[in-house]
Amino acid sequence: MSIRIENLTIHESARLLEGKKISSVELCKAYLERAKNLEPKVKAFLKLNEEEILSQAQASDRRRAESKKLSPYDGIPVAVKDNITVKGQTCTCASKILQKVVSPYDATVIRKLKGKGFVLFGRTNMDEFAMGSSCENSAYQKTANPWNVGCVPGGSSGGSAASVAAGEVTAALGSDTGGSIRQPASLCGVVGFKPTYGRISRYGLIAFASSLDQIGPITRDVEDAAILTDVMYGRDSKDATSLPDTNEKFSEGLDSLKDLKGIKIGLPKECFEIEGLDTGVRKSMEKSIEVFKSLGAEMVQVSLPHSKYAVATYYVIATAEASANLARFDGIRYGNRVKADSLLETYLETRGAGFGDEVKRRIILGTFVLSSGYYDAYYTKGQKVRTLIRRDFQEAYKKCDVILTPVSPTTAFKFGEKSDPLQMYLADIFTISTNLAGNCGISVPADIHANGLPVGLQLVGPDMGEKQLLRISHIFEKNRAIKEFIPGI
Amino acid sequence: MKIIDVKYVAALARLELDSEKEERLQKEMETILNYVDSLSELDVSSIEPTAHAVQMTNVLRDDISEIPFPREEMLANAPETVGGELIKVPAVIPGEEEN
Repeated sequence: MSIRIENLTIHESARLLEGKKISSVELCKAYLERAKNLEPKVKAFLKLNEEEILSQAQASDRRRAESKKLSPYDGIPVAVKDNITVKGQTCTCASKILQKVVSPYDATVIRKLKGKGFVLFGRTNMDEFAMGSSCENSAYQKTANPWNVGCVPGGSSGGSAASVAAGEVTAALGSDTGGSIRQPASLCGVVGFKPTYGRISRYGLIAFASSLDQIGPITRDVEDAAILTDVMYGRDSKDATSLPDTNEKFSEGLDSLKDLKGIKIGLPKECFEIEGLDTGVRKSMEKSIEVFKSLGAEMVQVSLPHSKYAVATYYVIATAEASANLARFDGIRYGNRVKADSLLETYLETRGAGFGDEVKRRIILGTFVLSSGYYDAYYTKGQKVRTLIRRDFQEAYKKCDVILTPVSPTTAFKFGEKSDPLQMYLADIFTISTNLAGNCGISVPADIHANGLPVGLQLVGPDMGEKQLLRISHIFEKNRAIKEFIPGI
Repeated sequence: MKIIDVKYVAALARLELDSEKEERLQKEMETILNYVDSLSELDVSSIEPTAHAVQMTNVLRDDISEIPFPREEMLANAPETVGGELIKVPAVIPGEEEN
């Protein structure tokens, strides 16, 4: 079999399966074999159950043999971030407090993937409760970047990004609260897509910051991201914040743009003036801008004057919501309970032992900004600045179709390099505004840095602007200088 | 005066911290809050707050009864149960401890 599994996409796999060039069992076995060789170095998966995977693959092959396939994608494996529930599997959020908890139900996205015949391929590592930008906050293991195992994969969906980049699986699901899909995708040289807030149901996603969280795909190319979005999006009665169906099919007509004539790409001047923007990353952005220009796009300068307040705003709003959401983990109804002399001590000791440092830091910050006497000064203020950030985008989209920025100010950094929490928070400076505004953003591999690591570019579209955003991303992907992003692991 | 008293806030949040961790968090929180204070440069007195990026109200589902989750599946994750039928909780009122 001469299939290069490390670069296989969902759409190519669908053709191979349809043409009987490969079976789902062969496909999954090839990935399991590759994972067996690479996992000791990459450590992207918290759980990878060969038996469970192969039994799903066998069922898929049977369906195809009986001409009962559920979709063109029946039998293609997708990895799942460890904060999305799959009935009968553990869902730890990479936290000790949920170590043994087995999910009693499927998340809506999982129900939809199963409905199309996708094989659920293991559970990927993450920063505990999705709080972090390096995966170093996992209570279980540190995932390495397949491009350089001395570097982090980014986070919080670092396991998902690393597993796809290493070619251990075709695609993966992540969640994005402040950049947790896009930043690791950028650092690992894969595509990461955060749709508009509410596009994809959050039912079964363990909540971190409910007004910001969004599930999305991490894939080898833009077409795969569109395919998974098609499968997952839509109104769900189990998530009151999910948006009405629009009956769009994002994976169709991706090729419809032959060039970018008439398309305006906004360049926010604030984003390119930021202190700490690596010169190599800046050069990669300049090269990418030339690609857009050569396709006929018009570059326009836009302004997001409040973007410099985005990180501060985010750490008020996200931590406030997290402190409320994580109050439910108290050792009473599920999870680990530390036995103590009184109810109060049970809470204190269960949560003290169950949560890691970053989670504690954020619960404390969130509790503080919501506490009596500080609520208006911090929380209400943060919500008001959020209005300003959202308005900045609305103004900018009067002048352009999409906005281009780097995803991350640097390429993947070394383990332990950002030991100061605030420095880690600033790694998300370009991605956070999108969550606060609620619009959609994608990270597409753009270039390889002089240090050998991939650089992603971010395109941000308006609310519900996925179709145009994905088409523009797709044409860029076809025309960028480097065609394939495959780490030499 | 310090902006935040980590010991007090940790108690509100029901988090046990040893003194070393408390001291470190106290310093880190002060750094983070100093950074967050950049927000005070902005005059937002006339701005409405945004709680949610998507403004939707009165989202209701059809009033149809559904089969609930089976009790044994829901209780399977409980740290302790009473005969597999109820969650066993620590004594809530002092003096009412198990005998």
